[in-house]
Amino acid sequence: MVTVGLYHFLFVSTILFSLGIFAVVTRKNAIMVLMGIELILNSANINFVAFARYGNFGFQGQLMALFVIVLAAAEAAIALAIVLNIYKVFSSVNVDEIDRLKE
Amino acid sequence: MSQEALINLSVIILFLPLLGFVLTLFAGMKFKWAYLIENAIIVIGFLLSVVLLYNKLSYYVETNITAEFSWINFGVIPFFGEIVVKLGIMLDNVAVIMIFTVFLISMVVHLFSIDYMKGDKRYNRYFAYLGIFTFSMSGIVFTHNVLMMYIFWELVGLSSYLLIGFWFEKKSASDAAKKAFIVNRIGDLGMFAGILILFTTYRTFSFQGIFDAVAAGHLPFNSEFWLTVTGLLLFCGAIGKSAQFPLHVWLPDAMEGPTPVSALIHAATMVAAGVYFVVRIFPILSGDALLVIAIIGAISAFIPATIALTQNDIKRVLAYSTVSQLGYMIMALGVGAYVFAFFHLITHAFFKACLFLGSGSVIHSMHHEQDIQNMGGLRKKMPITYITFLVASLALSGIPFTSGFLSKDGILAGTLAFTSLTGNWFFPLIGFSVALLTAFYMFRLIILTFHGNPKNKEKYDHAHESPFLMIMPLVLLSGLSIFLWYTPNPFNADSGWVLSKWVKAPAISVPESARYSFMVEEPKDESIINQVEEVTFSNEYTHAMHSVHVPTMILSALLAGLGILFAFMFYQWKKIDPDKLAAKVKPLYNLSYNKWYFDEFYNTVFVGGVLAFSNFLRWFDNTIIDGIVNGSASVTRGISRLSRKFDDGVVDGLVNSTAYFSGFVGLLFRKFQTGKVQTYIVLVIFSLLILLFLFKSF
Repeated sequence: MVTVGLYHFLFVSTILFSLGIFAVVTRKNAIMVLMGIELILNSANINFVAFARYGNFGFQGQLMALFVIVLAAAEAAIALAIVLNIYKVFSSVNVDEIDRLKE
Repeated sequence: MSQEALINLSVIILFLPLLGFVLTLFAGMKFKWAYLIENAIIVIGFLLSVVLLYNKLSYYVETNITAEFSWINFGVIPFFGEIVVKLGIMLDNVAVIMIFTVFLISMVVHLFSIDYMKGDKRYNRYFAYLGIFTFSMSGIVFTHNVLMMYIFWELVGLSSYLLIGFWFEKKSASDAAKKAFIVNRIGDLGMFAGILILFTTYRTFSFQGIFDAVAAGHLPFNSEFWLTVTGLLLFCGAIGKSAQFPLHVWLPDAMEGPTPVSALIHAATMVAAGVYFVVRIFPILSGDALLVIAIIGAISAFIPATIALTQNDIKRVLAYSTVSQLGYMIMALGVGAYVFAFFHLITHAFFKACLFLGSGSVIHSMHHEQDIQNMGGLRKKMPITYITFLVASLALSGIPFTSGFLSKDGILAGTLAFTSLTGNWFFPLIGFSVALLTAFYMFRLIILTFHGNPKNKEKYDHAHESPFLMIMPLVLLSGLSIFLWYTPNPFNADSGWVLSKWVKAPAISVPESARYSFMVEEPKDESIINQVEEVTFSNEYTHAMHSVHVPTMILSALLAGLGILFAFMFYQWKKIDPDKLAAKVKPLYNLSYNKWYFDEFYNTVFVGGVLAFSNFLRWFDNTIIDGIVNGSASVTRGISRLSRKFDDGVVDGLVNSTAYFSGFVGLLFRKFQTGKVQTYIVLVIFSLLILLFLFKSF
């Protein structure tokens, strides 16, 4: 019987992080990019909780995870608002097309 | 009069004609009567010159009065010494007699011209030119130094240019003026070189200073040879001015000027200057130089005399006779007959002026007909002109009882004395044959002009005796051709005033070794009572002159008579047909008629030579110089082309390649900077991964 250890958590969070990065890098849709960012944040949360469970840190890890969830919610709200505004202006949420600042 | 007064008087005489020139020239633009100023001034000048002549010869006959002032003071010049250029006046007997002659002839020419030139559109200017001509000649006569001589010498050249080319609308006249000026310039070149040698050697221009230095044994470049060369260079000026062989060609052409001007040129102002100059520099002429001078004089006496035989223009005959007579004077100077040369200069001035004015009178009455073949019989129409012309011709031919006989006789005696001392037969031979020729061509001229039947009836009928103002000068001048004015003895001038008292052979400055052998000074031989000793150089020469005097006299009178006789046989009595004789000796006749082909020769050799040389120079310019210039241009162009290649290829290539390289690098790095956050994220992650692997602590 394999006991679930720290490494399993780290492994999952690594996969999650990689998927998040992949989403951020490859997706053209701004919302998908945001979702990627959520994945990254959640992978970090898993890390925080895992280190808190297996490390001798008390509840600092869980607290940090909670903080990140709140931050992610705020971030998602603001980002989605920005995306909505962008969509209003450009009629598109494709990140490649939103390059007015370049000019 | 004191000496200062005489100097002042001569300064006044010198500048009066200049004043006349200026006044007449400027007043003449406005007032028709301006010519009267010039005439009045020249008459005053003549009267003053008489006063000068009288005072000098009465009170100062033995002294030379000199006055000088320093004109330019250059101070001390490094490597040369002090240079002070002094101008001044020297009054000796030769100068005052000459100035009297100049003013007398100038005056009669002025008076003659009043009627002769009447109606000319540049009437006043003509008189102004006569004024400056007289001024220039006066300067030559009065000067005590060779520089001032040269200045006035060139002024004479200028005035003659102005007057010969007075009718410059005629091409022949303007050509003749240019010819006279240029030919004179050739002679003056030599004269100028001579003056420079004298000045660099002696640091003074004054005649007396130079003579003294030479007498003290100071020679140019310390050699007698260079003294001879200097003398001959100075003589070159006289060759040009006095129209001596080989520069005599300008004088006959100078006949293009108004006839009174010819009288002035031929008698007193221009050609006389050359002889006068040789008279002035006589003391420094070495024996060798004198011999060359005598030879040139002899050639100049002979060739024009032969040319005059066949000329048909009345003025040309006289012109050639002038060259011939000047040759006489130069030859006389060359053989040492100094006094007679000067004497002949004076007597010749009077009768030649008379002849020219006479020919002017003829030309005037014949309405500018100058060809003697169209004249004839004028004796009846113009009796006074005829008689004066005849008297002057007799004088020129050397017939006894005329002034010309006295002076010519002296010259011929001088050549004979030279022969008896040196054994050289050339000069008397030339002298006597020229005497024969002279008599012949003068009487040919007279017979064709005044005797016989008129050839051109229409012009003859219109001919008339000239007005008083033209006749009066002729009478005056022909009167002066009589012996009485010069000596009481018509057969021997030695006892006359001119030779015995006034004009004496100067002391020779040349070292004895460079002189003619007979010019070596000796103690006076008391046995010679005759006055001739006063005028010659040594007892030897005096003896020789004395012993040949009588035969010379007889021979020259005989030859002159023979020449006249021949002229009458040919042209008056028609015993011998001149045309047939001319046909018999065709080459000789052509030679004479074409003036020995001098003009043709000069045209071919000198003018043609100069032209050919200019053509060569043009070719040289076009081919070589232009070639070099063009070549250098081509080379420059080639170099520029190369340089452009270098610029375009190498420099621009470097610059461009830098730019391309930057562009290329930019292009490369542009790839990374897409402006897309995602790309950057990828890059960041990869970089982090790389860093992670690099600093991994295992």
